[in-house]
Amino acid sequence: MLGAYIGYTVAIYTGSFFLALIIAPILVACFGIVFEKLLLSPLYKRQDGGAYLMVTFGLAVILAEAIKLTWGADPKGVQIPEMLRGIVIVFDFPFPKYRVFLIIIGVLMALSAWLFLEKTRIGLLIRAVSQNPQMVNALGTNVVFIRNLVFAIGCGLAGMGGVLAAPMVTAFLGMGSSVIIDAFVIVIIGGMGSFLGSIIGSLLVAFVLVFGAYYVPDLALAIIYLLMLIILIVRPGGLLGKEE
Amino acid sequence: MLKINNLHTYYGLGHILQGVDMKIDTGSIGVLIGRNGVGKSTTIKSVIGLAEPAQGNITLFDNELVGKKPHNIAKAGVAYVPEGRLIFPDLTVIENIKVANHKPDSSWSISRLLKLFPSLKARETNKGSQLSGGEQQMLAIARALIMDPKLILLDEPSQGLAPLVVKELAKVIKILKETGVTIFLVEQNLKLATAVADHVFVMVKGKIVYHNPVNDFLKEEDKIKKKYLTL
Repeated sequence: MLGAYIGYTVAIYTGSFFLALIIAPILVACFGIVFEKLLLSPLYKRQDGGAYLMVTFGLAVILAEAIKLTWGADPKGVQIPEMLRGIVIVFDFPFPKYRVFLIIIGVLMALSAWLFLEKTRIGLLIRAVSQNPQMVNALGTNVVFIRNLVFAIGCGLAGMGGVLAAPMVTAFLGMGSSVIIDAFVIVIIGGMGSFLGSIIGSLLVAFVLVFGAYYVPDLALAIIYLLMLIILIVRPGGLLGKEE
Repeated sequence: MLKINNLHTYYGLGHILQGVDMKIDTGSIGVLIGRNGVGKSTTIKSVIGLAEPAQGNITLFDNELVGKKPHNIAKAGVAYVPEGRLIFPDLTVIENIKVANHKPDSSWSISRLLKLFPSLKARETNKGSQLSGGEQQMLAIARALIMDPKLILLDEPSQGLAPLVVKELAKVIKILKETGVTIFLVEQNLKLATAVADHVFVMVKGKIVYHNPVNDFLKEEDKIKKKYLTL
């Protein structure tokens, strides 16, 4: 949400959507670093996940109010850049250029994230920290730095998602919460901690949402939860996750 | 080289280490033995910084370690092989080693390590969770060696291993000693402990109650066992 609003402002002042696509994620990542340092890192010693949930949820509420005070309560429309307006023909069907652009960016970002995690030293350390942070620390890596970095990258990617979504859905208050629920369902379906699982989960959720809304509109709102329920019954750890 | 002086460490309200004094000379193997729960692992965790001492000093070549974060202690030359191995289960053998590989010019290259541990060479692309207990132990030692340490902390390495694997482990520990690295070993298996040790320390209720060179210990082993190690 913050990304979408910052992107809106950058696009207005600079007149460039693509500049917004670079600047907004960087600013949201910086915001994420400060938030993580000040509010989340003191919680790392506590074992209960509830504390993180309350703090991040509290921040979301404060952020929504701060955005309302700064940008007002009305949705902010962001123009699709000139070169991405119009349609292209894909397999004899007309398709909006901007959606094709979103699909390409999505694939590129997923591929980059995978390459980063699998092929770089920092990616290796991130995977190791997710398995046993204390041991990584004892083997000579500053785990606080790795956590900061991951949080910043996550915030930056969320910011980029906001900028990209704004031309489709406008920047509006509450756009974050709808994404949080979808993201939650995707992670649970894919399996916690599994990168490939998240990708499969997101594609599955997208297909079920679109086809479900078309063929069984009465169940449109409930359908992804039904999908989650079925998967959790069959595989309690998610598609590619581990059962605890 | 490793000096522990009047070390006190607490877990919550529990006063676990109650004034530990130890000294392990450069290039030698110091073995700490004692019953379960007397504070052996806490001593090792205090050295690597995973437990925070409330009082006392730990110095490595006169470099104070108390108060430093574990990653800085590791960079000062201390490598930790924990109880239960704590291999990263979803990383491959090579990736497990690479996590600890901070020095491009480490005297222990991956190929040298795989030569020392041929069982790992055969399984280099396997994940940590797919290895046997013995292979995981060798991997934990390999992971420590690539850090080119001055001091290796080995916490109960023989735990849960078959007798044949324990024999191999003793061989590896002796090979390590030949390279000049100092070893601080915590071990319940007295046979292994005395086979590799230069100096034996006995801990009771968070204090060192006996220490002597291994030859002197062996002369009075039965007496020490009766007095401090049997229930």
